[in-house]
Amino acid sequence: MRKRIGLIFVMVLLVGLIVSPAYAQTPRIGLIFAEGGLGDQSFNDAAYRGLMQAKDELGVDVVYVEPADIAEMEEHQRAYADLDLDLIIVIGFIHQSALVEVSADYPHINFAIVDDVVDNPNVTSLVFEEHEGSFLVGVLAGLMSETNKVGFVGGMEVPLIRKFEVGFVEGAKYANPNVEVLVNYAGSFGDPGRGRELAVSQNERGADIVYHAAGGTGSGVIDAAVANGFYAIGVDSDQDYMAPGIVLTSMVKRVDTAVFEVIKSVVDGTLEAGVRSFGIEDGGVGTSEFTYTKDLIPEAVFDAIEDARDKIISGEIVVSNPLQ
Amino acid sequence: MQKRIKVTRWQEIATPLAAVVLALLVGSGFILFVGENPLTAYRILFVESFGSIRNLATTLQRATPLMFTGLAVAFGYRAGLFNIGAEGQLYIGAFAAAWVGFTFTGLPRLIHLPLAIVVGMLGGAFWGSIPGYLKAKLGIHEVINTIMLNFIALYLTDWLATGPFHGGSWVPETARVSATAALTRLYPPTRLSTGVFLALAAAFVAYLILWKTKQGYELRAVGLNPQAAEYGGINVAKNTIIAMAISGAFAGLAGTEQILGLHNRFIVRFSADLGFMGVAVALLGKNHPVGVIFAAILFGALQTGSAAMDRLTSVPRELITIIQALIIFFVAAEYLIRRILRMKEEA
Repeated sequence: MRKRIGLIFVMVLLVGLIVSPAYAQTPRIGLIFAEGGLGDQSFNDAAYRGLMQAKDELGVDVVYVEPADIAEMEEHQRAYADLDLDLIIVIGFIHQSALVEVSADYPHINFAIVDDVVDNPNVTSLVFEEHEGSFLVGVLAGLMSETNKVGFVGGMEVPLIRKFEVGFVEGAKYANPNVEVLVNYAGSFGDPGRGRELAVSQNERGADIVYHAAGGTGSGVIDAAVANGFYAIGVDSDQDYMAPGIVLTSMVKRVDTAVFEVIKSVVDGTLEAGVRSFGIEDGGVGTSEFTYTKDLIPEAVFDAIEDARDKIISGEIVVSNPLQ
Repeated sequence: MQKRIKVTRWQEIATPLAAVVLALLVGSGFILFVGENPLTAYRILFVESFGSIRNLATTLQRATPLMFTGLAVAFGYRAGLFNIGAEGQLYIGAFAAAWVGFTFTGLPRLIHLPLAIVVGMLGGAFWGSIPGYLKAKLGIHEVINTIMLNFIALYLTDWLATGPFHGGSWVPETARVSATAALTRLYPPTRLSTGVFLALAAAFVAYLILWKTKQGYELRAVGLNPQAAEYGGINVAKNTIIAMAISGAFAGLAGTEQILGLHNRFIVRFSADLGFMGVAVALLGKNHPVGVIFAAILFGALQTGSAAMDRLTSVPRELITIIQALIIFFVAAEYLIRRILRMKEEA
């Protein structure tokens, strides 16, 4: 009997020894933020939530870094690649040109980029249908505006942000053909002062609802809406709480989901290179929950948004995509 | 007599060293305050900046542009000019070098690389000579003009790199410079390039100009006392323009090195205050080329270490920014430190 227990004990030990390396090896994930960094209550913070969710639920090891400026992106990408991490996620198109080179120099390392496409066999590109989500908040703005003027404040004037603008304009005009959309770009994603300035100027020119797609710059837009008493529409994260009742809704872009999903695919061993798109149908983009503005918005407006959502999914409405 | 000179020289070196030590001491208080262990933080800082050949190479790569901008500020200071415009001169030089790099493709390397370097240098010299001219001819203070010209350079290059010369991607940057205009990498995969030798050569040239030529004698005379220099037959106006042009040339080389050695393209606002850091480097280096080299290496090490700290630990890198600021503060408070040192000597 004793012998048998001893034998089982040895067997268990042996099996444990063979199996343990496979389990002990927790995947190590590195994440490099976009300019603006943590605390933008928008894009980067959404990515951070996804990373922390993966850390808590999947038990992966994570490291992350906030680059001080655009020129530092390449240094961080290379430094993480040198650590032989299992996946390096870079946040934002700002990483694109550096990643084209770095991912080619480190063919054995897996990379993922949010918001842009890098066509290398070791890169997963995570993109969103922002034009469709922006169409929905455009419908809301078009119907809610009393002055028939709404505003759009973009971060940098690049094709990606044009996607938000085009969708918003088309949505507003679809819902209200008489609406005029004022468009301004701040030139940066990290300049709240400039965001505030542009939103105030649009309000003074008659816009009573301003939508921003400007990352950290957008917090200035929301500040301006509070100070001058007009409505704002948030972006990327659910920003409704930043000024309850003032932020009508947010065009939520589930960067957190994208980050979590790509880490999960590393854990599951199903990571694939290529483009992975998140749209209206799978909840990758859409409106927020209207937590603070439910009573403010007429039922007919909610119906119109729901109707537009269905029509986009069925293909009856085709929102222009400036990238195609 | 001999002894007195020795004491002064010792003091010249002792003050910056004392400033660094004091800054690290006071900085450890801040680190404790945010709940981290200062010894761990400093160990990471040191290991990540000097702990291996590879880390040392990264430190030197970070130090190289600071050597140039430090020289730019120090050179101006020796001629009595406070060049706060190194940042702008750097951007103009950088863009000029990048433009040569991506425009004149097909040239042999032997011509293309030197051409890009020279054009970048001249770009900076031109941008520096503008406030020099305004000071010499109209008496407008160079501090005001160099600050204003920084903004002009920044927005001008913003527009050039996102407008007429925008590259293919969404990133606000130009096309890549051709390989024939790129400086050679010394220790891949680090990005240290032969630009570091260029910086050491520039320091040597600055020393030669200032202390071994008639022109340098005139510049220093103007710097020490313009009235006396004028009385002694030195053309102050001419020397002011020359000093600003040479100072700008060093700053232009900083930008040139960053483009040809590091980024291989002009990225909008790539500099991250390298020009302004030059003021701190010159101050810590006592406005002497040799001092500038060592001060630049120290700041390069702090930057390298803090970036790594941010990548690997939860210690916020802003702490290192505080330490940099403390170093500058203590160098500026030289009088105080001298008194402490003297008190010790007397005791």
